[in-house]
Order: sequence, then structure tokens, then C-alpha cells
Amino acid sequence: MSRIGVAFDKARADGRALLVGCMPAGFPTVEGSIAAMTAMVEAGVDVIEVEIPYSDPVMDGPVIQRASDIALAGGVRTADTMRIIEAVAATGAPVVTMTYWNPVERYGVDVFARDLASAGGTGLITPDLIPDEADEWLAASDAHGLDRTFLVSPSSTDARLAMTVQHCRGFVYATAVMGVTGARARTSDAAPTLVSRARAVTDLPIGVGLGVGTGAQAGTVAGYADGVIVGSALVRCVLDAPTEADGLAALRTLSAELAEGVRNPTR
Amino acid sequence: MSADALAPVAGPQPDSAGHFGRFGGRFVPEALVAALDELDGAWRTAMTDESFRAEFGALLRDYAGTPSLLYEARRFSAKVGARVLLKREDLNHTGAHKVRNVLGQALLTKRMGKTRVIAETGAGQHGVATATAAALFDLECVVYMGQVDTERQALNVARMRMLGATVIPVTNGSRTLKDAMNEAMRDWVANVDETHYLIGTAAGPHPFPAMVRDFVRGIGDEARQQCLDLTGGLPDAVTACVGGGSNALGIFHAFVGDEAVRLYGFEAGGDGVATGRHAASITGGSAGVLHGTRTFVLQDADGQTLESHSISAGLDYPGVGPEHAWLHDTGRANYLPVTDDEAMAAFELLCRTEGIIPAIESAHALAGTVALAPKLAAELGREPTIVVNLSGRGDKDVHTAGDYFGILDKER
Repeated sequence: MSRIGVAFDKARADGRALLVGCMPAGFPTVEGSIAAMTAMVEAGVDVIEVEIPYSDPVMDGPVIQRASDIALAGGVRTADTMRIIEAVAATGAPVVTMTYWNPVERYGVDVFARDLASAGGTGLITPDLIPDEADEWLAASDAHGLDRTFLVSPSSTDARLAMTVQHCRGFVYATAVMGVTGARARTSDAAPTLVSRARAVTDLPIGVGLGVGTGAQAGTVAGYADGVIVGSALVRCVLDAPTEADGLAALRTLSAELAEGVRNPTR
Repeated sequence: MSADALAPVAGPQPDSAGHFGRFGGRFVPEALVAALDELDGAWRTAMTDESFRAEFGALLRDYAGTPSLLYEARRFSAKVGARVLLKREDLNHTGAHKVRNVLGQALLTKRMGKTRVIAETGAGQHGVATATAAALFDLECVVYMGQVDTERQALNVARMRMLGATVIPVTNGSRTLKDAMNEAMRDWVANVDETHYLIGTAAGPHPFPAMVRDFVRGIGDEARQQCLDLTGGLPDAVTACVGGGSNALGIFHAFVGDEAVRLYGFEAGGDGVATGRHAASITGGSAGVLHGTRTFVLQDADGQTLESHSISAGLDYPGVGPEHAWLHDTGRANYLPVTDDEAMAAFELLCRTEGIIPAIESAHALAGTVALAPKLAAELGREPTIVVNLSGRGDKDVHTAGDYFGILDKER
């Protein structure tokens, strides 16, 4: 079983959901992003999702777009992301990587998988790669023992849902709303239905993302999902902070609140 | 002729998942797959539906004003050293070939029961065309346009608003066409139930490249027959400009099976491909994934999209339709860059010899033709016949061109 799978099992045994926290690599700087992700782990985030910044992130809302732009303007390279993953993996927390497809294809799919595995990454979340187009990634992830997390959506048909989860390994990413990343005032009504539809066709743990930003929302999602995925709300802590130290403090506070939330599922 | 603009013809087709060789396909969030499947189904059904074809054909004829003329440009020909036949898409309603695509997609939007269309636009031409079709079909219309573009194309913003569309300036990324496309994609993911994303070129995820090609294919079908009627034979070459590439595919498609007819796509070479300031994705880019499809992309060593540069806003895009990438791979069509200066020289030549002000996009096709003519004449040992897709008119470019030629009176 993958390291992510072990972490999900442990959380499940503790009667809680797993907390996945996302941060773009190289935001605000390479060292700054390592510090941010380390702070998140120390404050109770179970799994770190490192997003590779991309020039055209169509699944991301304004907050992650801005953070990605800052990272790219700072000159972050894909090779830097590998270094960041290695540093964060050294904290002991599993590290999953979220990436749009073109940076992987440009790096070389098999070489990317090899380098990711040797950096200690567990696998990829691929927001714009569906299994239909993923032959090369299926082969590379098999060859290098990496997890594959494809997205399922409220609009996925039953047939696509079944096909997609069949190609997943590690966990499944259920997008809670029809839309892009970004914290929202209300949690989604569509998500519980989607999670139960997915459960009907897979035993893999299911993480829910998009729109979760507070401890209370994390608790609500923890009531029906195995994992709670938070991105924009965490990124905003760093984005809005006047200094790096303030950003890390805000990040610690929110991480702890979210960690509390996943331990108090609302059922 | 336009009454059966969608009649099946032999020609290259993608596989059922929209792959043109190693290009095309779907690189999109799962959330959009259901909508793309729905669109694919609606398009395939429409293509074989007599009533859809009749309705589309009638719109093209009565509203858009097609078939467009094939005009023998004698004075231009004499300067160029070839018999040049201009396919006058500039005379269509809204001033370009794009009206064919928006009418087809707007008709499909109605058929799918959707009430809202969104579009991306660079210079504003596709936005204006979409706003036009939305007004005609009583659809809500939202157009995303980079903030840089809304400022330099204020008149087109006003045109869209006059037609009832909402124009949203896009302030993220490079604030140009590619970012407008990202923003439209995000809107679509969030509102896909009632919204159709009316993509303006033969790019994007399947079925858009093949579907858009089918809607504009009448250009070539008409031109082929008109050339036969006028000259008694097929042309030696067909030329067009290539940004996303819909006008080029529209005119190429009917000729792909005619092996003796050479096909030339002229990309925007900007300041010259060697300078890095250009929009020539095939000549100066590499295979990659952008905006939902695998194609040639201007990108850096990490796969980050590079900004494109062209005097022509309509060609200023860092990707190209996947069918072009494939026609390039197979060698069936040739793709060459044309610089800003070459395009503007041809722009001026057409103005002065024929009294026709072309779109700067189309001026790239004219410039490529100017360069091609002597080579083709030498190779054939006679005067070649070349059909040029004059894809749009230059009214929108008067300010840019006036600036370029330094003929605007100084502000007092």
C-alpha cells in the first residue's frame, strides 16, 4: 500500500479525516515555500500537496493564480519543485504533487516520475489529465511506484466515475463544486452525493477539495469524506501577510484550526 | 452551395477521441468532460440532420452573405507574378470568416437547450461575432478579453456592448488572449449546465477543433468550385494565415485530397522567429499541451507558456489548432513565418492595387503569397494560380496600420 494509503488508514482508525494542505512550490520563494509547508506539517497538516506553478492554471481561482504567478516571476523551475518535495518529505509527512500536464510532458513523463520518486514524492494529482489521455503516465507511475489521483466531478457520469477510480491509486480527488479552487462561504451540497457515488465503485479513500477554508467547513467535509483538501485559504495566509513571519504565524493558526476540524467531524 | 455547407466530403478526420495523429485529444478538468461529450453528440447529430443543415445553410446565405466571392485580383497579380484569386471572406457579415463558426455553434447552443454563451477574444473580432450571433439567437453573452486588449481595442468593446454582450476585462497573467481563454474555461467549469463555451478557433479540447473546422469548411468547398468555374482547373496553391488556424483549415479542407494543390499556412513571425518575439507556434514552438489540446506551443524549457508577439492581434496566440500540427507532421501542408514588416508591405500593396483594405491577419497570407509566387513559377515553369484566403477586412486595423505607416495626423 502507498504511504498515502497508510496515512488514510491511520486517520480512519483514529476516527477522523486526513488533512491535506496545498501550497504552490516556490511561493513566495523556494526557501519560503519549504518554510511554509514545514510550518503546516508542524501545525497538524497530515499530507502536503505541492502544486507546481503553471502559467495557465485553468482549475485554479484567483488566490492560487496569484501565488503561482509570484512563484514563476521569482524564477522557480520544475527542478526546484523536486528539491522542495525532498525537503518537505524529510519532515516525515507524505508529499503529493499537483500539476497541470504540460510541465510533466515537457520534463519527460518517465524522467519526471523517476525524479519525483527519488525526491520522496508519493504521486501526482492531475487536474487537466483524464485517464483517457494518460497512457504514458499510467506506465511511468507503474514503473516508479507512484500514486495516481485523477479528479471526479459532480458532472461525471456513472460510467466515467467507475472508469476514473479504476485508474486511481492512493486516493481519489472529489471536486466538491462545479468550479475552480478558492475558499467559499458555504460548503457544497453536491459533494456528499459525489462521495457516496464514488464509494459505490471504489474502496480507495476519497478526498474532497474546492471551497474548504475554515475549521467548521473541514469538520463538515470530514463527516462524509476520508480526506479534506485545503488550498486557497492556506495560500491566502501567506499572500495577505505583511511579512514572512506573519504569514507563517497565520498559516500555523489556520492549519491548527483545520486539524481540529478534521478531528471533529459533523455527522 | 451554402445550402449543403455541411454535406459530408472526403477529407482527414480525427479518431473518435479527437486525435489528429499525435495531436489533439482532451486535456481538461473532468468537470468538463460531460459537457464536451454532450457537445460532441449534438454536433454529430446535427451534421447528419437535414433540418440543421438547411437552417445553417440558410443563415449562411441570407444572414452572413455567403458564398463569398472568389475575386481575381489582376493588378495585385501583375505585381506578384501569379494569378491570384482572393476568397473574399472579408465581405461576410461582421467582416470575417468567423461568422460561419459562431452561427454554427449558436445554432448548436439552441439545440442543446443552453441559454448562455461565453467567448474569449483577442482583438475583439470573435467577441463581436459571438455577440452578434447571441443577439440574433437571443442568448445571454459574456466575452472575456485581456485588459491589455480592452484598452487597445476600445471600439470593439463598444461594439460588443452595443450588441448586448457583457465584456469582462481579464486582469491576471499576461492580460491577453491566452488569459482570456483561461478565464472563459474557468467560467465554463462553474456554469457548464446552462452555458456553451463558443471557442473562436479550431483549437481547444475535442470536439472543438473538428467541429469548428466543419462549420468554416464552406470556405474551401466554395473556393474549390469557384476556381473550377473560373479557371477550368484547380489552383496550384492555396494560402492562408494561421493563428489558431480556423480560416486556414476552412479553406484547406476541401483541397487536402487534391494532391497537386499545395497548401501553405503563414504564421505570424513578428519581429522574426530568431528574435523570439513572434507567434509562429509551428515554426518556432514545440509539441505540448495548451488549452485542452496537444499541439505546437510556444513554451520554455519547463513547459510554461511563452508570450507571443505579432502586429496582428488575431494571430497573437502561443498555440495552434491540432489539425494544423498534424498537417505539418504529415507534410501535407507547409507552414512558414511572415514578419510584421512583410505583412504590412503586402497590406499596403493590396490597398494600393485593388482598393481592398485587408485585415492584418489576412495580410500575412498575402505576404506569404508574394514570396511564394516566384518560387512556384520557377518550379512549374509557368505562371501559377494561387487562391488566397482573404479571411477578414481591415477596418478594425486602421489605427494600427495608420500608426505603422506614420500617416495619422498628429493630435493637436
